[in-house]
Amino acid sequence: MAATHRIAGQGRLTPAKTLRFTFDGQQMSGIAGDTLASALLANGIHLVGRSFKYHRPRGILSAGAEEPNALVGIERDATRKTPNVRATVQELYDGLNATSQNRWPSLSFDVGAVNNLLSPMFSAGFYYKTFMWPKTAWKNVYEPKIRAAAGLGVAPDQPDSDHYSARYAHCDVLVLGGGAAGIAAALAAAETGACVILADEQAEFGGALRFETGATVDGTDGWSWAQASVAKLAAMDNVRLLARTTAFGYYAQNLIGLAERVTDHLANPDRDLPRERLWQVRARRVVLATGAIERHMVFADNDRPGVMLASAARTYLNHYGVAVGKNIGVYTANDSAYAAAIDLKKAGVDIAAIVDLRDNPAGDLVEEARALGIEINHGRAVIRTGGRLRVSSMTIQPKNGGGERTIPVDALLMSAGWTPSVHLFSQSRGKVAFDEETRRFLPGTYAQDCVSVGACNGTDGLSASVEEAYAAGAKAAKDAGAKAARGTKPKVEASESWSRGMLGAGPGAGPETTVKAFIDFQNDVTAKDIRQAVREGMHSIEHVKRFTTNGMATDQGKTSNMHGLAIAAETLDKPIPQVGLTTFRAPYTPVTFGAIVNHGRGALFDPTRRTAMHGWAEAHGAVFEDVGQWKRAWYFPKAGEDMHAAVNRECVTVRKTAGLFDASTLGKIEVVGPDAAKFMELLYTNPWQKLEPGRCRYGIMLREDGFIYDDGVVGRLAEDRFHVTTTTGGAARVMNHMEDYLQTEFPHLNVWLTSISEQWAVIAVQGPNSRKIIEPLVEGIDLSDAAMPHMSVREGKICGVPTRLFRMSFTGERGFEVNVPADYGQAVWEALWAEGQKHDACAYGTETMHVLRAEKGYIIVGQDTDGTVTCNDAGLDWAVGKKKTDFVGIRGMTRPDLVAKGRKQLVGLKTRDPNVVLEEGAQIVADPKQPIPMKMIGHVTSSYWSDNCGRSIALALVAGGRDLMGQTLYVPMPDRVIEVEVSGTVFFDEKGERLNG
Amino acid sequence: MLLIRCPYCEEERPELEFRNAGEAHVVRSADIAAESDEDFEKFFFIRANPKGITFERWRHVHGCARFFNAVRDTVSDKFFMTYKAGEPKPDLAKIMKSVPAAAPAASDDATEDKPKKPAARRAAAKKGDA
Amino acid sequence: MAKAATKSAAPTVARAPALAGRDFSAKGVRLAVLAPAERMALRAPEASLAALSKALGVTLPKAPKTSAGKGARTAMWLGPDEWMVIDEAGGDPLADCAKVKQLHSAVGISHRNVAISVTGPAAAVCLNAGCPQDLSLAAFPVGACSRTILGKSEVVLLRTAEDAFRVECWRSFSDYAFAFLCQAATDAAA
Repeated sequence: MAATHRIAGQGRLTPAKTLRFTFDGQQMSGIAGDTLASALLANGIHLVGRSFKYHRPRGILSAGAEEPNALVGIERDATRKTPNVRATVQELYDGLNATSQNRWPSLSFDVGAVNNLLSPMFSAGFYYKTFMWPKTAWKNVYEPKIRAAAGLGVAPDQPDSDHYSARYAHCDVLVLGGGAAGIAAALAAAETGACVILADEQAEFGGALRFETGATVDGTDGWSWAQASVAKLAAMDNVRLLARTTAFGYYAQNLIGLAERVTDHLANPDRDLPRERLWQVRARRVVLATGAIERHMVFADNDRPGVMLASAARTYLNHYGVAVGKNIGVYTANDSAYAAAIDLKKAGVDIAAIVDLRDNPAGDLVEEARALGIEINHGRAVIRTGGRLRVSSMTIQPKNGGGERTIPVDALLMSAGWTPSVHLFSQSRGKVAFDEETRRFLPGTYAQDCVSVGACNGTDGLSASVEEAYAAGAKAAKDAGAKAARGTKPKVEASESWSRGMLGAGPGAGPETTVKAFIDFQNDVTAKDIRQAVREGMHSIEHVKRFTTNGMATDQGKTSNMHGLAIAAETLDKPIPQVGLTTFRAPYTPVTFGAIVNHGRGALFDPTRRTAMHGWAEAHGAVFEDVGQWKRAWYFPKAGEDMHAAVNRECVTVRKTAGLFDASTLGKIEVVGPDAAKFMELLYTNPWQKLEPGRCRYGIMLREDGFIYDDGVVGRLAEDRFHVTTTTGGAARVMNHMEDYLQTEFPHLNVWLTSISEQWAVIAVQGPNSRKIIEPLVEGIDLSDAAMPHMSVREGKICGVPTRLFRMSFTGERGFEVNVPADYGQAVWEALWAEGQKHDACAYGTETMHVLRAEKGYIIVGQDTDGTVTCNDAGLDWAVGKKKTDFVGIRGMTRPDLVAKGRKQLVGLKTRDPNVVLEEGAQIVADPKQPIPMKMIGHVTSSYWSDNCGRSIALALVAGGRDLMGQTLYVPMPDRVIEVEVSGTVFFDEKGERLNG
Repeated sequence: MLLIRCPYCEEERPELEFRNAGEAHVVRSADIAAESDEDFEKFFFIRANPKGITFERWRHVHGCARFFNAVRDTVSDKFFMTYKAGEPKPDLAKIMKSVPAAAPAASDDATEDKPKKPAARRAAAKKGDA
Repeated sequence: MAKAATKSAAPTVARAPALAGRDFSAKGVRLAVLAPAERMALRAPEASLAALSKALGVTLPKAPKTSAGKGARTAMWLGPDEWMVIDEAGGDPLADCAKVKQLHSAVGISHRNVAISVTGPAAAVCLNAGCPQDLSLAAFPVGACSRTILGKSEVVLLRTAEDAFRVECWRSFSDYAFAFLCQAATDAAA
């Protein structure tokens, strides 16, 4: 297809650099520097999509980020598909593959367009009215259908193979918007030596100078001045230029979120490059130079492909060298559209007529247009358009009624004036104020250290904008602490006038009509819908917005909000400020999930923590389970073993001979100082003062509310030094809890806490042969029962490496926990393993650890307790120091409800059928024959098959459980009711003789 | 992401380094075991949760690891000041005067909630922070 | 205080530091896992600092975010009563402090941490992929140190030169930190 609408000699692109691309499978070509939109227009294509609700044919409205219509899918390959890309933002690259959306089977013949005929059904608020009856139809018919129809584009079906990155940055002055004002502000700030970042969403800086041919700055045309200024900035060390970067969010304390599109414009991006980079910039001062967005005119059928903003047509001509039509109509209520007509006419394009709603337009531009022979119809309105897939005519009429005249056109440009982009200002929590004279919202009260300059501040004209911006840039730098510098202020020698415009519906689309005069193109909201919303009682703009969905599409109403507001105000017969403005929220334009997630994907989604012995476990076939961020060896299956078989073997082996277990993940805290014991007394229920150095104790920690918070074995290494262990999952929060009390409640104590969780690798050697296994490797520690009884700790060496050797047991067997400096963990493990082999010991994982401790009735905090279990409930009253007058939880545990009768108590459960293993979490009832809902008196907390016991075992929390010993309770399951007998919690070696066995 | 001034690090640092730790100046009784049910309820369960100025604890958990107190407006999220644990509760009226933009929503909370003891028990750190 | 019960020969087993020898290069940034070092977590009140400084041979810094170094030994201010002391030449700060009678807590953490050096002109940019602090020379000069955040993990950062940082992280987070820095280094080079 030939580039029928590219005009030789127009625009700034180099014609020789052609690029191929496809749109809906059709091969076309464009030029380097094109956007997809400009390339399509160069090929004479306006029809690019179908609207969301009515499936009306839509064309390209704008030349920028405000685009509501031209949303396409871009597919690089199966794993890199992006829906809803604005064709006006997407830069062309060789091989670009774009597809239109929201149409079936094709863009020109779309079955969904039947919605347009049925549009009376889909009027404003139809969601809330239409699908009410019959009741069951919502679930079975309406919701599935609506879900299928909802949304634009097709979500990718494979994980995104691109990667994304992030960066925090700090600067003195952040300038948002790289048009004339932004460049001037950046120049002024940069000249002081301040650290400056200038960001703009377009590929090239220059903003409106892209189309504003009437501008002359510093003796050259505006665009050239912009490029020269940017080159000057780029050469400065203190300046960072971010093109293709959208400031999407303005957050507290001058933190700005920026999304930089790094590779979307490249044909074959280096795969090392991130597709997008998220910037979080903290700026001392922010200069907002975000410009203004042109509004469309609101009239019947103003959405036909070929109807577009005047400034967009001008941009396509002056920057891209593309004429958007060959016989173009213009409909305006302000001056700036004249400039488009003039530029096009001069480029040899026919201007069918300018239709100006104003009665007596005057000024240089009007004169110039007239002088060029362009027909000007003032005091008239375009009341509708003709055409189906492309506009073919405009029908005009005197604005107060009268004879109609239809003029053939192949494009229609419109301008209702310019809306200052106060989005970021408003996001910064600044308050906008309505300027009655110019009928626009402008920055009013500032909430943060920022300043608005240029068009976004309502400053009209290039000269005034540059003047204001330059001064603001210098002041921002000074306020940020930079020294004043003498710079050279850009001198604007010529500029164009952008006079006012209009808000709301034009003639022919008034309250008396039923025409479709679109306000919000993307969500198909018409002037009529707004009026209907008001009639139906929506008197706040926030309600009107939600009822009609005006401004709620992905373009967030950049072109529509002011029109909607004006029509609502008119219908309510209230001034605009009284109706209010909807809140601007981040993001300014859609941000990809990729950018938000950035590095946090795959392996970097969450840290994966591995112990020093992980490699050994992996090499020996361990299956791992996730425990928080840790990978823990779960069980070690031998060839042919399933989990059940492996765990049974491990459980039996530990009790028969011995087993090695990696306990490194346990939290460990070194408590040091002369008041260490006093501190321990306050944080744990147990008494500590009399614990001798070299001895250990099982400690329980409560929260202030009296419930069990954590537990662990604590060894006293010296008078002033404790080695505290915590649960794996509790390590960080227990440390925080202890620090909190130490720093804020007991700061008078001379004691300090240091996390040593990762200093020590811990190898549990458990079982009757445990001493024999460690003995040959240990130096300097007498391991005899007399010298080192159960619950003691010694320091010495193992394999020549320092160790803190605990004699303790979480299995009920004679056991040791060998702490060695982490880097030696694996080597010492291997040495112990070699010794263990001589005694047929096994390596065991967390599952066996769980079974063995359950056989002994040892609780696991967080499994057998749930934050509502007291020491008494858990049968651990013995661990509470009876003579103590203070510890955390001492008062909470005596609260009336915590000492009341009938609390759930930890008991054992034995199934009548020993082969049945209960499900953890299963509910327990006293009488299975009672009607549903049954009274549930407890639940199973731990349940396992125990080969050592030859039966299933379980722990449960049961109301008044300790009074029910020997009684039968029931566990109702979906397929049957399981009978259980209440028992003690110790299932194996009740007397505890094996600790020394 | 807020910037919070750590009174120990003596500079503003990103919020990511901090963790909120609930209301400040809640006094744990020196003889807590003998406290009445009513007093314990007040101490443990009842919080002001004001709309406006709040006195709250923060920990610079990924920084100097110290707990400290802050005065923040819950409406605007603006911090008016931060101060070390153990320092007396600042006078709200003075804060309001020194910060003209302080939110009007705050009023009832602070006047009524006088520290029960000078230098509440969350409290005078005498160790390293001298 | 704790002391080893016996003196004996050197370890009979090999030390296996995490990520030993790993490195990574991108344009403008080089990452390297540093050799094991002696590390100590030191806590002490103001009154003990003179004696501890003397014993350690390094004046413990009192200003936030600062460090002091002498030879292979560096003392980093981490909190108002907290320092991390690193000795890269095998000296034993724990032993040095054992002689000090003044109030303090000295805990060995040599194996708790892994150190990664991030060097090159883009070193700060690389770290800023996950560290929210201002790492400009004005805000974070040579010698500055701080506990902070890197992505989803906690690290201690020390600026050893204008274009060089030492990143200390906990052993089990070193995989994550190194992988994160590799990605960040690649991006910093772009």
